[in-house]
Amino acid sequence: MIHRQMYLKGMRDGIPVMLGYFVVSITIGIAARGANLTALQAAVMSLTNLTSAGQFASFAIIAAGAPYLELMVSQAVINLRYCLMSCALSQKVDQRMPFYHRLFMACGITDEIFGLAIGQKGKLDPWYMYGAMSVAIPGWTLGTLLGILSTGLLPPAILNAMNMALYGMFIAIFMPAARDNPILLPIIAVSMGASAVFQMLPVFDFISSGIKIIILTLAISLGAAVLFPIAEKETAEETAADGKEALRP
Amino acid sequence: MRNYIYILVMALTTYLIRVIPLTLLRKEITNRTFRSFLTYVPYVTLAVMTFPAILSITEEPWIAWVGFVAAMVLAYNRVSLFIVSLGCCALVLALQML
Repeated sequence: MIHRQMYLKGMRDGIPVMLGYFVVSITIGIAARGANLTALQAAVMSLTNLTSAGQFASFAIIAAGAPYLELMVSQAVINLRYCLMSCALSQKVDQRMPFYHRLFMACGITDEIFGLAIGQKGKLDPWYMYGAMSVAIPGWTLGTLLGILSTGLLPPAILNAMNMALYGMFIAIFMPAARDNPILLPIIAVSMGASAVFQMLPVFDFISSGIKIIILTLAISLGAAVLFPIAEKETAEETAADGKEALRP
Repeated sequence: MRNYIYILVMALTTYLIRVIPLTLLRKEITNRTFRSFLTYVPYVTLAVMTFPAILSITEEPWIAWVGFVAAMVLAYNRVSLFIVSLGCCALVLALQML
């Protein structure tokens, strides 16, 4: 019963993710045409990969008929942040949880689903993550299919607004946490400022957005961890719990 | 067929990246700095991904700015995730219709 409740909660929280994914994956579907993928191939890729930056990068590589190794390296680098998220998630689950859950949960590690999962109070119930995955993954796959089958079906104003829903969700994860843990506020400000600087200065043009995210995340998080180490009593899950309480007043 | 091999290769690579830390790290990490680092990672990543990318989602930047500020204010005041997300979505849609 408790699993069912967590699953339904995950589904509800996953709806903004589904909407956002649906929009982003339409553009993925349109781009997939450039790699001469069929509609089925594009949908299978979205279903099995679930990575926007990685899939975008793959199209040029596949279109060029490049070696498999090149594809592997590019995916490994672009998706390195999932590795960091996976580390964080390993500390968020109950260590007595059956092992196979780790194998299934790993499938759902994306920026957005991870964000929802880490915002949960206390230990993470895998069923919450499955709930979010069960709405988000179809959204991602069907959007891709729609994108490759039909360009220009939805007016741009609606696509833009659906994109906003995705960012609104990000903000709704980190801002309440910042209110509860004041040290997060300057850290978030520095993150945004540094991100804007990377974007504006042409010196950084050669860095892809996936790499940019990795560099900034590693540098700022490490700096914050050294300068503002979190006291032993408020460990990762309790800090996240503060954020969670803010999410659901 | 070759396309399916490409898709399989990238799916396996991405899955390994996702699954290895989650399956290997089966104990609580005790190092304080590393724990703090892992705590900060999600918030820093989300902030970096949100800004300034959020400003370029509409053709007229001011609309995206309004959506951004509205979402920040709502979220800071503990409005639920669902309302923040769909609220700024509806706001941006309405402003574009003006």
